[in-house]
Amino acid sequence: MTTKLVIGLDGAGSGDRALDFASDLASRIEDCELVVAYVIEWSPFSFQTAEENAQRHKRREEEISTARERVVEPAVASLQKKGITAKGVVRHGDVAHTLNSICEKEGGHQIIVCRTSESGLTKRIFGSSTANLVMSATVPVTVIG
Amino acid sequence: MTFIRKSLLTGAAGFAALPAAAQEAASLDARVNAVFADFTGPFVNLIFAPLPGTSFPWIVLWLVVAASIFTIYFAFVQLRYFGHSISLVKGDYSDPDDAGEVSHFQALATALSGTVGLGNIAGVAVAVGIGGPGATFWMILAGLLGMASKFTECTLGVKYRNEYPDGTVSGGPMYYMSKGFKERGLPGGGILAILFSVFCILGALGGGNMFQANQAHAQITQITGDYPGWITGIIFAAVVFAVIVGGIKSIARVTEKVVPFMGIMYVGAAAIILIVNYDMIGWAFGQIFAGAFTGLGVAGGFVGALIQGFKRAAFSNEAGVGSAAIAHSAVRTKEPITEGFVSLLEPLIDTVVICTMTALVIIISQQLIIDAETGNYVLNDAGSAIATVDGNSGVALTSAAFASGISWFPYILALAVVLFAFSTMISWSYYGLKAWTYLFGEGKMSELIFKVIFCIFIVIGAAASLGPVIDFSDAAIFAMAVVNITALYFLMSIVRAELNSYSARLKSGEIKKFAH
Repeated sequence: MTTKLVIGLDGAGSGDRALDFASDLASRIEDCELVVAYVIEWSPFSFQTAEENAQRHKRREEEISTARERVVEPAVASLQKKGITAKGVVRHGDVAHTLNSICEKEGGHQIIVCRTSESGLTKRIFGSSTANLVMSATVPVTVIG
Repeated sequence: MTFIRKSLLTGAAGFAALPAAAQEAASLDARVNAVFADFTGPFVNLIFAPLPGTSFPWIVLWLVVAASIFTIYFAFVQLRYFGHSISLVKGDYSDPDDAGEVSHFQALATALSGTVGLGNIAGVAVAVGIGGPGATFWMILAGLLGMASKFTECTLGVKYRNEYPDGTVSGGPMYYMSKGFKERGLPGGGILAILFSVFCILGALGGGNMFQANQAHAQITQITGDYPGWITGIIFAAVVFAVIVGGIKSIARVTEKVVPFMGIMYVGAAAIILIVNYDMIGWAFGQIFAGAFTGLGVAGGFVGALIQGFKRAAFSNEAGVGSAAIAHSAVRTKEPITEGFVSLLEPLIDTVVICTMTALVIIISQQLIIDAETGNYVLNDAGSAIATVDGNSGVALTSAAFASGISWFPYILALAVVLFAFSTMISWSYYGLKAWTYLFGEGKMSELIFKVIFCIFIVIGAAASLGPVIDFSDAAIFAMAVVNITALYFLMSIVRAELNSYSARLKSGEIKKFAH
């Protein structure tokens, strides 16, 4: 049975540590596939102008394309170079909730993320994405410091 | 959107003691007024003409009759699908794979930011001040009926929108007029679309722009004291320019976040006043029901209450005007009718909830003077409206009513009015732009020309007292409703086919909720 690990990247340099940890783990497991996930923070309950709404589909495609090119594809390529089976996923939504959804949909066994760099008021009010993921995930979560 | 005549806010009294330079400017204004009034007067008079023997404008009847017909034609869709509308807004039926697209909630919030405004604050005070508490009953009824008009126009707005290869969308009545009529083999769709676009541009520049700038300036001067309107105009124009031309979305984002917050704060303040005076709510509703059918002594009796209620509801929630169809058409959905369901919540929130809360606060604050012996309301000296404690009317009446419960609330209210005006300008700049690009084609230069014209009109609106221009702008917005509703009558069978198909698939389980 293939073991699937989902790696959540946030586009920051700390994501490399999560990738390194995941690739090391994958190399120790006989049949392992990595899913590199990047979640673009987005809420369906945010407020936008009419013009932003009209351009939203175009912007969404651009955001997905940028995330693929700059974050996900380089990460997947580096894993494949090491001989690890890997694929990339880009989604919009709440980071913690969406990472868990991706993991459930892909049949993942574990989520690996880095400690996020959120600070200040947002973190105090809403908690960090990592903390929220740890509390709400339906599979084990490894947080790389 | 707000359709309160400027005189209700600024009054006519301030014109008397002006310095020489101001008088010169005023005489220039007067000349412009005279020329413009001669030119546009017949059109304005036609749109706002009362029905023979009454003071009831035929355009209001046009809107209310249309709303009633749509309500019956779609078998009370606003009641049958109310729960489903809430589910759609919550995102229960949104495909998680479409995350990042415009949600139903966002389309609704954007449309609401264009309609919730001074109409809910000052317009209700006008309705209750003239028509008495009974006007509230008719206002609620008109709001409930208007839900069906919104449902019809917004469904068509999404169904016939243009989706361009780069992923952007353009929608609105002009598109369903041209494409829908063609699809049904009906002639005249193109002409209706052009007429609608012309009125929409004029309405955007006037009611959605000059009038808003004028109101905002009037509100600011109530706190700061009088100063030239062009200063307010230039500041507003610079901010709007930065948003719509400069692309500084952060300002718009701040506004779009602050405006709902102000709306919630307004409703919250009203709720607090109602909770504190909970023992009077029953009495207030008693006044509303009694006034609806007897008038309780207001000018024109219960018919006077009915006219005021219908007028203010129609003017506040824009149901049938067609502007909402432009705002809602950006949503991402495979089922156009779902946006129709969502849009029907708009008159409910705007008119039935917010306007009713304003009315209850005014009634409970007892700003309206009642004859202790008869229980009827006392009319002012002119006999045209109910006498109030401090002689207030319009926004000042709402302000006084809230101040009786929360003394510092008038400052918040003034800020809310300014922000609502700004938000309405941003919304209408988009509606006008869509009509403009429909007529003159999409393209950066074409869009820039309209946006610059729009900003210039902000300065004019804040600086001048161009009453006839504003009358004409209001008339243009209601002319939009004449053209739009005419088209809706021809296209409503398409909406019914969509409704029947969707309803069948919903019942069979083909359309189901997504697990989130």
